[in-house]
Amino acid sequence: MTATEIRPTTDALLKTQAPKKPMNSGQFLRWLLLFLGGIAMVMPIAYMISTSLKWPHEVYNLKLIPDEPHLENYTYVLEDGRFYWWFVNSMIIAIITTVCNVIFDSLVGYTLCKFRFPGRYIVFIAILSTLMIPTEMLVIPWYLMSQQFGWLDTYWGIMFPGLMTAFGTFLMKQFFETVPDDFIEAARIDGLNELQIWWTVAMPLVKPALAALAIFVFLGNWTAFIWPLIVTNSVEMYTLPVGLSSFGDEADVAWELIMTGAAISTIPTLIVFLIFQRYIIQGVVMAGLKG
Amino acid sequence: MYRNLTIRQKQIVWAWAFLAIPILFYGVIRFYPTGNAILISFQEWNLLGDRTWTGLDNYQKLFADPVFWKVFKNTFVYLLLGTPISLVISFVIAYHLDKTRFMHGFLRMLYFLPFMTSAVAMAWVWRWFYQPVPVGLFNNALASIGIPQFPFLQSTTWALPSVLAPAIWAGLGFQVIIFMAGLRAIPRSYYEAARIDGVSSWTVLWEITLPLLKPTIVFIVVFSSIGFLRIFDHVFNMTTNNPGGPLNSTKPLVLMIYETAFSAFDMGYAAAQTVVLFLVLLVVSLIQLRLLRDS
Repeated sequence: MTATEIRPTTDALLKTQAPKKPMNSGQFLRWLLLFLGGIAMVMPIAYMISTSLKWPHEVYNLKLIPDEPHLENYTYVLEDGRFYWWFVNSMIIAIITTVCNVIFDSLVGYTLCKFRFPGRYIVFIAILSTLMIPTEMLVIPWYLMSQQFGWLDTYWGIMFPGLMTAFGTFLMKQFFETVPDDFIEAARIDGLNELQIWWTVAMPLVKPALAALAIFVFLGNWTAFIWPLIVTNSVEMYTLPVGLSSFGDEADVAWELIMTGAAISTIPTLIVFLIFQRYIIQGVVMAGLKG
Repeated sequence: MYRNLTIRQKQIVWAWAFLAIPILFYGVIRFYPTGNAILISFQEWNLLGDRTWTGLDNYQKLFADPVFWKVFKNTFVYLLLGTPISLVISFVIAYHLDKTRFMHGFLRMLYFLPFMTSAVAMAWVWRWFYQPVPVGLFNNALASIGIPQFPFLQSTTWALPSVLAPAIWAGLGFQVIIFMAGLRAIPRSYYEAARIDGVSSWTVLWEITLPLLKPTIVFIVVFSSIGFLRIFDHVFNMTTNNPGGPLNSTKPLVLMIYETAFSAFDMGYAAAQTVVLFLVLLVVSLIQLRLLRDS
């Protein structure tokens, strides 16, 4: 059978699966309920943003659209300086950690997937087994280590536990399985060394997985709370979540300012989501099916 | 030297060169601390003085501590409420969303958006919603339709579900996406066969869809259970004025660990609690895998 012969049947199939005819009443009801549910889901985010744009006198009314939206709360909070610092700290930490994970998780995943060497299975099982250990069990030893080496209250202290993750390594290993061995062999014959093969041949072939990994690691570190809370002491070293937590806890802080702080720490990830939506949804599916 | 090696030997050299830094990392940052945590759990240590061996004292103290049992119960209430509720809601959403074509991508985005938020930020937003009249959004909404105010975070009965709600809310989108991927993976031919046989859609759901979704359900149950057993960010931020309150009614194990280690500086006692947390996570995951895979 040639391609032209198959085509009409697949087209017909697609048509029966996605009819263009208008919804019947049952389908409309389903759509309406899903739509209302979806609106309810984003309400907390909508109220957070709306309140951050309100004047104090209208904060406690239920109106979602402010009467006179303004950015005074943002100017106030950022001029105070602390949120500016916390934002910069969080950004630096999340970016460095993400770069580190993308490089090392994929290097280890690649090695475990494409090389045959004694000890390979043991290394794989050892790394995988760290998935079982909860972070909370490690924070006390990490704290003691940081105290001993003077890492408390430093960027390195906040970052070091997350520079590589077993989850990312495992994810990347699964994806390098899709890279044909022939490509790597061909590159070897062309005289590339193993580092060049990994970086210039294998890595470009798993870009969607790298994008998903990068987004997960970034989101995880951007929102990380318990370890930065433990390892930082001085206000200038706080990350956004730790800063927001201490800011909200101060006496007599107005709720619209807390909402502004919350919006500052949420909006960047929402923007990342709106830009990379496809990669993120794919990434969740990949992580769910392979993880 | 290197030139004289066979291709296979060269590969071994490269492999270990690539793995050198990561192995050092996993050894120093993962394995050594794990062993150290277990070690400290058998010691008495307040961070300043000497470390002294006390055998099982920390564990005995823990099991005799009424606060621990309260916290232990709370941790399981988070699990036993959170996991089934989020599982059912996310399945219902995914099941219907899967059958909806009109604005499918937009609806999916609405449900997924909360997953991209920061737990700390959203804990503060929900904390504001829960405040009494005239501050909190929920109580203001109730007041506007004439219902007396509800003591969300003030009541020892309702504080825990109130803290749990935003944690469930934030995780729903993730589970919906996983469920939809699972639903898509079921071959169409099963449904066609059922339709030809004239089976009702309710029977199709129970006899075809749910049994075939089992791997997806196992993944979501194990994954979300681990999350609820480790709940911390939401509780800590919604109760900063009285962490885990009122009267320890919302305090989970991780918050108890945090307070023991970093407010009371009782490192040995806190380490024993982390070992208990580790065992709880391990046992719960193994039981779930066993039960769900076999049945």
